[in-house]
Amino acid sequence: MSKALANRRLLTRLSVFAVAMFGFGFALVPFYEKICEVAGINNLIKPAAAVENTQIDRSRTITLEFDANAHGLEWEFKPVQTSVRVHPGEMIQVEYDVRNKGAKPVVGQAIPSYGPKHAAPFVKKLECFCFKQQPLLAGEGKRMPVQFVIDSTLPADVNTITLSYTFFEVKGAALPKGGDQG
Amino acid sequence: MEAAHTHHGDTHGHAHDDHHGHKPSGLMRWVKSTNHKDIGTMYLWFSFTMFLVGGVMALIIRSELFQPGLQIVQPDFFNSMTTYHGLIMVFGAIMPAFVGFANWLIPMQIGAPDMAFPRMNNLSFWLLPPAALLLITAQFMPGGGAGVGWTMYAPLSTQAGPAMDLTIFAVHILGISSIMGSINIITTILNMRAPGLTLMKMPLFCWTWLITAYLLVAVMPVLAGAVTMTLTDRHFGTHFFNAAGGGDPVLYQHIFWFFGHPEVYIIAIPAFGVVSQVIPAFSRKPLFGYASMVYATASIAILSFMVWAHHMYTAGMPVEAQLYFMYATTLIAVPTGVKVFNWVATMWKGSLTFETPMLFALGFLFLFTLGGFTGLVLSITPVDVQLHDTYYVVAHFHYVMVAGALFSAFAGIYFWLPKWTGKMYNESLGKLHFWLSLIFFNVTFFVQHFLGLAGMPRRIPDYSLQFTEFNMISSIGAWGFGLSQLLFLYVVIKCIRSGEKAPDKPWDGADSLEWTHLPTPAPWHSFETPPVIK
Ligand code: HEM
Ligand SMILES: [Cu+2]
Repeated sequence: MSKALANRRLLTRLSVFAVAMFGFGFALVPFYEKICEVAGINNLIKPAAAVENTQIDRSRTITLEFDANAHGLEWEFKPVQTSVRVHPGEMIQVEYDVRNKGAKPVVGQAIPSYGPKHAAPFVKKLECFCFKQQPLLAGEGKRMPVQFVIDSTLPADVNTITLSYTFFEVKGAALPKGGDQG
Repeated sequence: MEAAHTHHGDTHGHAHDDHHGHKPSGLMRWVKSTNHKDIGTMYLWFSFTMFLVGGVMALIIRSELFQPGLQIVQPDFFNSMTTYHGLIMVFGAIMPAFVGFANWLIPMQIGAPDMAFPRMNNLSFWLLPPAALLLITAQFMPGGGAGVGWTMYAPLSTQAGPAMDLTIFAVHILGISSIMGSINIITTILNMRAPGLTLMKMPLFCWTWLITAYLLVAVMPVLAGAVTMTLTDRHFGTHFFNAAGGGDPVLYQHIFWFFGHPEVYIIAIPAFGVVSQVIPAFSRKPLFGYASMVYATASIAILSFMVWAHHMYTAGMPVEAQLYFMYATTLIAVPTGVKVFNWVATMWKGSLTFETPMLFALGFLFLFTLGGFTGLVLSITPVDVQLHDTYYVVAHFHYVMVAGALFSAFAGIYFWLPKWTGKMYNESLGKLHFWLSLIFFNVTFFVQHFLGLAGMPRRIPDYSLQFTEFNMISSIGAWGFGLSQLLFLYVVIKCIRSGEKAPDKPWDGADSLEWTHLPTPAPWHSFETPPVIK
């Protein structure tokens, strides 16, 4: 085999390898999602698996504070009650009000975050408006429930948990019908 | 031999004339050059130009940080400076400098007439200036440069202004250039060695580049993928990194650092190669533990794929993952230690002299090792939780990248300048350049360890009062370091213009083919007939 041919073969092989690595970068996306799923991390907007410790622990009272934000959306979004006091193990339901004050129908997705951060796994959400995308027509409003249990294994140093939701716009999502599409 | 000729294709006859002495002159010689030495020279000058551009940005940063409060620039512009300083130094200065060395030296050291694909070589180089222009014009886009950091983390990068798009395109172009350059290097080394020159007889510099080139082909496409995802998130409604659409910004960090950690070794490994040529030459002894050097370099390269998340200890990870990444990272210190040991053992009982290249190599040896130690400190998860995103990290990577890679590049330039130009540089001025660089480097960066330990965050234009003194010292050092590099430019120009004629082999202990088989200055075509290797 001449050297020129050998060189060209190596060129082809290495180019194929480079293209494959470009694909590998994209393959990391489902791989990452799978790992998160298996490891049970990053399931903020999924219902909790079966709640185990349902014994109500009346010796502890936890203060839950609620917060709401809309990022880059002309939405009015606020909790109906700003805080509640609960016992671990108790089933609680709270509500949030949201209204689209903009002139266009938009789809939003709420992302929860917790303070302190390490309390997150102990807030077991059974029902939440954040489990699905929320389409709102121009001017449309909604009252939305969140249902959850505070796991009674919550570390003893946590007495107050802040639950904060932020609505983000989901660009390119299917819009609700009947709205002004302009 | 044959290969180079066939690849010249239509210029076949022309190439034949060349080695009787003529070469194309004027600007077109450079624009259309397929000669590895011309291309190497262009890479080196490009790199130095970018070094000055990135350096001016660094001085803007340090001038603002001379005092607390905002004196000179606004925060947005400051953020843009930290971003483009990082990008330009990494992709514009350090990487092209070592590709320049690769072009000049690999064909000479393996007894080949040129690179395997001379025209692709031309293209690899000429992709760089447009990419650099994109990075510079990004500053003038509406909203200014993208202040996202050189790591371009989402969600900031998915929300940044139009400058971000130019930056993404620049990264794409730089990536393509690096990949083509690497394919060229791998092919040249694997296929074009002189008969008898087995892989294990190659100078270590060629080995380090072979390994680096593989790293580049493996990870540059991954970076290209990451910024492509950022681009489609920005404009085409995808949600790779957008939490609202089901994506995750932390995913960006994983993909980026899968590229990013090997990238730091892409910068470090060719630097190891240069130092492994320089230290034996001035110790007048062969390199100690050649085979273990090759294996250590290869293991560093392989390990570098398995430690990326040490940049993300605070991003949220299960504790088992943190433990794994901590142990894997500390493991890298083992092959690195082997290398340092071998360099020291090479000098042991050697007849040492301390010309400028050796001084820079020793500077590298001491300071790179110090940077390795701070790396070990950072690799310990509970410690890093405290130090992450502080000036301690800034100190760490400047020890490995400036005192490591850059000093090694200086060592290499002083070492091969006589072979490249046929003239000697001024030794006293070279030594002065070394001592100024060494002192000002440490004035600038040593104090940053203390700032980081005291909790000063990185990438901020303002800071609380207790950090003032160390910041003042650091800023003074930075100006001193920057100005010292103008002396380097002067030394190089003076050498080219009016240096004394250099002998064929100015360094007693140098033993690779470019010194033993070629005249000084190296002829335009190196080995028309391959040398005979015993
Ligand atoms: C023994 C070898 C090394 C170890 C154990 C090590 C460890 C680390 C760790 C743990 C960090 C993350 C710190 C943080 O962000 O909190 C880091 C950052 C960094 N290291 Fe190293 N490192 C080593 C060698 C190198 C080398 C050889 C280079 C480059 C030539 C390098 C360049 C960098 C850079 C650029 C960063 C900062 C990236 C950024 O956040 O912008 N390191 N290193
Ligand atoms: Cu790293």
